[in-house]
This record gives sequence, C-alpha cells and structure tokens, in this order.
Amino acid sequence: MVFGGDFGNALGLVQLDTNVTGTDGDAAEYDSGGATAHPDDAPAGEASTETSDGAETITFDRSGIRAGFLTCLPIALGVGGYGIAFGMLARRAGLSVAESALMSATVLAGAAQIIAVELWTDPIPVAAIVVATLAINLRYSLMGAALGPWLGRLSPLRSYGSLLVMADENWALTMREFQSGSGRGAFLLGTGIAMWVFWVTSTIIGAAAGGAIGDPASYGIDFVLAAVFVALAVELWEGRSTLVPWLVALATAVVAAALVPGQWYILLGGFAAAAVEVVRHDG
Amino acid sequence: MMGERALELDPLVVGVVLAMALVTAVTKVGGLWLLRRIEVSERFEAGLSVLPGAIVIAILGPELAAGGPAEWGAAGVVLLVMWRTESILLSLCSGVGTVVLFRAIV
Repeated sequence: MVFGGDFGNALGLVQLDTNVTGTDGDAAEYDSGGATAHPDDAPAGEASTETSDGAETITFDRSGIRAGFLTCLPIALGVGGYGIAFGMLARRAGLSVAESALMSATVLAGAAQIIAVELWTDPIPVAAIVVATLAINLRYSLMGAALGPWLGRLSPLRSYGSLLVMADENWALTMREFQSGSGRGAFLLGTGIAMWVFWVTSTIIGAAAGGAIGDPASYGIDFVLAAVFVALAVELWEGRSTLVPWLVALATAVVAAALVPGQWYILLGGFAAAAVEVVRHDG
Repeated sequence: MMGERALELDPLVVGVVLAMALVTAVTKVGGLWLLRRIEVSERFEAGLSVLPGAIVIAILGPELAAGGPAEWGAAGVVLLVMWRTESILLSLCSGVGTVVLFRAIV
C-alpha cells in the first residue's frame, strides 16, 4: 500500500489551505508537498487556484460516491488484512464478535483500535484507552484540514459527514482526486464507504476465526500484533528525518515500561518524541 | 469457542467503544473546524506529525525486547517483506509463518 501513512505529504499540504486563494506561486508549494505521490501536479495546483475564485463548481452526487468507492476497492481489500488481524486481537483481548464489529463500525481507525485492544485488560483501563485513541488519531485533524480547500465549500453536513469515514488510505486517494481538479466532492464519502464495508466485514471474519482458534502461540497468532506494527512502521517511515523522534520514542518506552506501571509507556514514548520534534523544528 | 458469547454486548464495553468513537470523530472533523478559526504553528504541526510513528515504535520496542530470537527474526522478515512488496497480507503471513518455524527450531 503506497498510500498508507503519507503524513509528510499531509503536513506539506496542510500549509496550503491558508493561501490556496493566492497566485500561481502557490502551485509551486503543491509540488513540494505532494511531489512523491503526484510528481506532475502543477496543472492541478492551477486548477484549484481557479476553483477558489468560483470558476469551477464542486459537485456532491452519486457518480462521485461511485468513483470513490471503485477507486478505493483494491486498497480496501488490503485494509481487510488489518481488519482480520484486528478481529483476532480483539477476540483475544476478551471482546465478543459483536463488540469488535461495533468498534470497527463506529471508530473506523485501524491503528487506534489495535492499540486499544492491546491496552484492554480486566478491569478495562478506560482513561488510558480513550487518551491513547485521541493521541493516535490527532493526525486526522491535520489530514482533514488538508482537504479544507475543497470540503470547506460543501455544506457542513456533507463535509463533516464525509470526514467521519476518513482513514489514512482513503485520505491519500481523495487528496489526489481533489488536486486533479475533478471537483467531485463526494469522492471522500465513496472511498470511506468502501473502507467501512471491508473494515467491518474483515473484523467480523477475524473475530469469528480468532474465537475458534485454541492456543494462540502455537499458531503464531500472538505475533500478529508485533507483525502488524512492524509493517505499520515501514509505512510510516519517511526517511532520515524520522530517525531521531523514533529513537526518542524507543528509548523512552523501553525505560518507562520498566519503571511505570500499566501501559502508559506507549503515550510517554509518543509524547516524548513529539516534544523533541517541536523543540528540534527550525523555522 | 464461538458460543453465545460471540454476540454479547457488555454495557461497559459498549460505553468505552462509543467514547473511542466520539474522540475519533472529534479528531476527524476537528481539523476542518479549527482551520476556519485559528492558525496552527508550523512547529506544533511538526510535533504532531511524528506522533503516529512514535507511538507504533513505543509499543513495538518493549514488545520485541520481551521476546526472543524467534520474534526478532520474524520481525526482520516482516520488515523485509513489507519493504519489498508493500503488501500487508503477505508481510503478516510470512511473519507469522517465520515465528512458528523459528519457535519449532529454537
């Protein structure tokens, strides 16, 4: 999945929102933001400059939903792999099939859900789970803001409604679609519906299978979480700039895991890395 | 194993799930909502952007540190397969296969 975890681009693009109404000079910023995913998007930049003047209309119709749904299908199939893993982990953590499916249907955020069931013990550490969910999903605010120039021109019901089904993969697809200047405002909703259907269905399959399997260790099921996270890490890796925050997170987490009770080491590691990045950032 | 527990909906669990859904919804719509009102500093954005990866590493580190050669070897296989193929399913299957194999050998 090339589109997973493209947060560098999210940040590059989020800066454009404020000046998308500007002149052609802004198109150059589009290039620096989305260069890896979309090397030849100077025309797209110009097109969206036009849209902000009201020259191009943004639609919200069935054909946009359909286009988004079909474009997202192959990627949603890959997401189904995570869904099966999540269902198995949720079942192992003590959730029923119905509870696992409910979480996938209402939360729709892969990494946060997997971490939540990892934190899940008896009694349920409610505060840790909710705070972890918030911390992991904060990136969605940046990603949603990056879609602002287009979604901002839809009604609140349509724009905020579409954002509810946004995840990493379909956000990246939608960003590309919007930049192409197609004006299909319902594209995000279409991709989100595909993500939702595959995520919920695969969760149910994973949870049902997870309950039927005996000792997890003999099938290597206990390794699924570590494997999922290694794969996630590969997708989130953005090159050398990622190294320092990740080392800070690793060191903090390993030390905190030995010293602090419970699962707080996860958030301590995450926030330590974010704090270091805030201090390190120049400009 | 499936049994009648499969369809159980514990009120506390449903409550926690709905709380998760609520904070997630806030993060998803919050960016667009805020964007129309305030300007976030570039510095703060940079910190926010490393959170997902850092949290993944913070979970993975202690988890792998608690494992042994079988888990370390399998983690290496997942890394390699994911890097080469970018296929999550293939990576997971080869990782789980490797860990079962290594545990049988070691």
